[in-house]
Amino acid sequence: MIIEERELETIDVYVNVGPQHPATHGVFRMVLRVDGELVVDLEPVIGYLHRGAEKLSENCDYRQALAFQDRTEYLAQFNAELCYVIAVEKLMGLEVPERAEYIRVILTELNRIASHLMFMGAFSADLGVFGTLFMYAFRERERMLDLFEEISGDRMMYSYFRVGGLAWDVPENFVERTRWMVKEARQGIADIDGLLTENEVFLARTRGIGTITAEQAIDWGFSGPMLRASGVRHDLRRAEPYSIYDRLEFDIPVGDRGDVYDRYMVRLEEMRQSARIIDQCLDQMPEDGPIVAPDLKRVLRPPAGEVYMRAENPRGEYGIYLVSKGADKPYRLKIRSPSFCHLAALRDMTIGHYLADAVLILGSVDIVLCEVDR
Amino acid sequence: MIADNPWIDAAVRTLLVALLAILVVLILIWLERKVAGRMQMRLGPMVTGPYGIMQSVADAIKLLTKEDLRPATADRWVFELAPFAAFVPSLLALISLPFTAHLFVRNLELGLFYIVAVSGLSTVGLLMAGWGSANKYALLGAVRAAAQLISYEIPLVLAILAVAMVSGTLNLVEIVNEQGRVPYIVWQPLGFAIFLIATLAELRRNPFDIPMAESEIIGGPVIEYSGIRWSMFFLAEYVNVFVLSVLGSLVFLGGWNWPLGNEVGWPLQVVLILLKTSAMLLLFMWLRSTLPRLRIDQLMSFCWQVLLPFAFVAIILNGLVLVYEWPDVVLGLLSGFAALVAGALVYRGSRRAVPTPRWPLAPARGID
Repeated sequence: MIIEERELETIDVYVNVGPQHPATHGVFRMVLRVDGELVVDLEPVIGYLHRGAEKLSENCDYRQALAFQDRTEYLAQFNAELCYVIAVEKLMGLEVPERAEYIRVILTELNRIASHLMFMGAFSADLGVFGTLFMYAFRERERMLDLFEEISGDRMMYSYFRVGGLAWDVPENFVERTRWMVKEARQGIADIDGLLTENEVFLARTRGIGTITAEQAIDWGFSGPMLRASGVRHDLRRAEPYSIYDRLEFDIPVGDRGDVYDRYMVRLEEMRQSARIIDQCLDQMPEDGPIVAPDLKRVLRPPAGEVYMRAENPRGEYGIYLVSKGADKPYRLKIRSPSFCHLAALRDMTIGHYLADAVLILGSVDIVLCEVDR
Repeated sequence: MIADNPWIDAAVRTLLVALLAILVVLILIWLERKVAGRMQMRLGPMVTGPYGIMQSVADAIKLLTKEDLRPATADRWVFELAPFAAFVPSLLALISLPFTAHLFVRNLELGLFYIVAVSGLSTVGLLMAGWGSANKYALLGAVRAAAQLISYEIPLVLAILAVAMVSGTLNLVEIVNEQGRVPYIVWQPLGFAIFLIATLAELRRNPFDIPMAESEIIGGPVIEYSGIRWSMFFLAEYVNVFVLSVLGSLVFLGGWNWPLGNEVGWPLQVVLILLKTSAMLLLFMWLRSTLPRLRIDQLMSFCWQVLLPFAFVAIILNGLVLVYEWPDVVLGLLSGFAALVAGALVYRGSRRAVPTPRWPLAPARGID
């Protein structure tokens, strides 16, 4: 009998993930071409959340346009607001009072912790932890949101920063309460660390997945934790200090392999560093003083000119390009969103990995779809 | 004997077991939600009845009244029969489980063999569901379930075989009687560890909930099911959890025996078996709440490269002890040492340096 050696013929299958899928963290779609479990191609499809925030900003005056920043970066609203108000202040040449600067940085760093906690929760859900880590992370995040709500009057859309300062002063017990919250958050971070970091299953799932080298990361325009996980020590708070970051001490955590595990570790360590920054700010903050720049006109009319301001957001370099023609509305406002650049590399990061890893790699990018689509 | 006529007797016992299955599932679902809630700093169900005890009943009523949907492209009979193919094997296993020395439907001479044989059958139900749903996620999940079955089934059988070698029987009642003084977990820690891990894989619970993977393939084979058919899968899952917990407590934890070998009456026997089963159940729930999910290829390499060799080690150790008639203490020490070695290997293996992959990993094939 002759046994003919014949290769088994298989066909690639297209699997559509999203826009309604638990792994896409928003309204994002990716078309996967899979050979069995192996991803052989991927196409990200974005645009489901496009609302034209940039164009809308051109029809609002400089104070109103601030509100679109909250709605663009809905997990790190204070960070986005900070970037925007600094851009306008640069354009107008405004000096911000000391106390307002400190409160801004405290809230921004708290928001960074809250955003990274959200990442931890969502990432662990991608990993398949049955909600426990999610609840651990949200316990801490909820305290922060309570504080933000008390300060600004809203849980999500704060609109609390103003060009030249803040909308109003913080509550009286702000310092004690923030100190207590940071202490609790440190414990929460330790809990997350203890539950996940040294877990054998976690190590097996995350190490060596979605690797990006330093050169590739720079080529793709990566920034923030994604870039630092690949081993590039670049942090805009240190590289181009804005606000009062030049007075504060903090370390920049970097990874060495640029895989999913490193991204997780970098974010975990960044939360600790943010807590450190907040502690310093609370020590140095002036007891009282003005919170808005003096002699500020009701209607802001920056002189004609243009400015590009970039700030270190939890997801990476968040940029505001602002053109003024001297009117009370921006002539052009362009947002440079980090998640968009990271998503561009998703295809190359994912091809060659398994279907389960595709979900994990997408989770490790920590996308905010409002910011991608704007 | 409950009744004189063997047929009536069998029917009554089967009915009791079916009722037991429903009752156990209702309690287990409530317990799972409570335990998971406590782990996550929540209260769990609290509204329906005291401590939310009626939550499962409310859920059951809701599921029974839901519309029974079937996708237009589904393979009708395969789709509709799949839930039964998944549920019946778990009931079959329940029938031959002894709960005390005298409380069982049928005590089979080959009870252990029978339970292991039928408990693997529920994967057929998942395969049918995955194929019949005409859904890619469901198909992926079904294929994963089949791949998982062939990986964990062999270590599971070998771990149980080690116990059967020492006790010299496959009859569950006799296996329990053999553990009159000391439960087998003391002399067979390696076998118990392998049994526990393989059981987790059999039950498709974290870290082995790969066929169901909520965050990747959104429930896998059961994605297209709703209402009563979906709840059949759920029922099967929880009956399986119960069956394997009872099996574990019978085979390794000494069943209804008080540890130091005192004969106890049947009320205390029921309490003992329930306590030991609950310990297993709570362990499964604890693991489910805290562990991430493995990948299917990692599960397979773990089962074939770690569990299987160590299952053979367990068999060899048992064989040596039987042939040279060493005391049980030697077996316990050797087996414990082997279990520690296995743990150390996993610890080191998961931490070894990963090679930097060449990039990109594979050529892109394009999307049309």
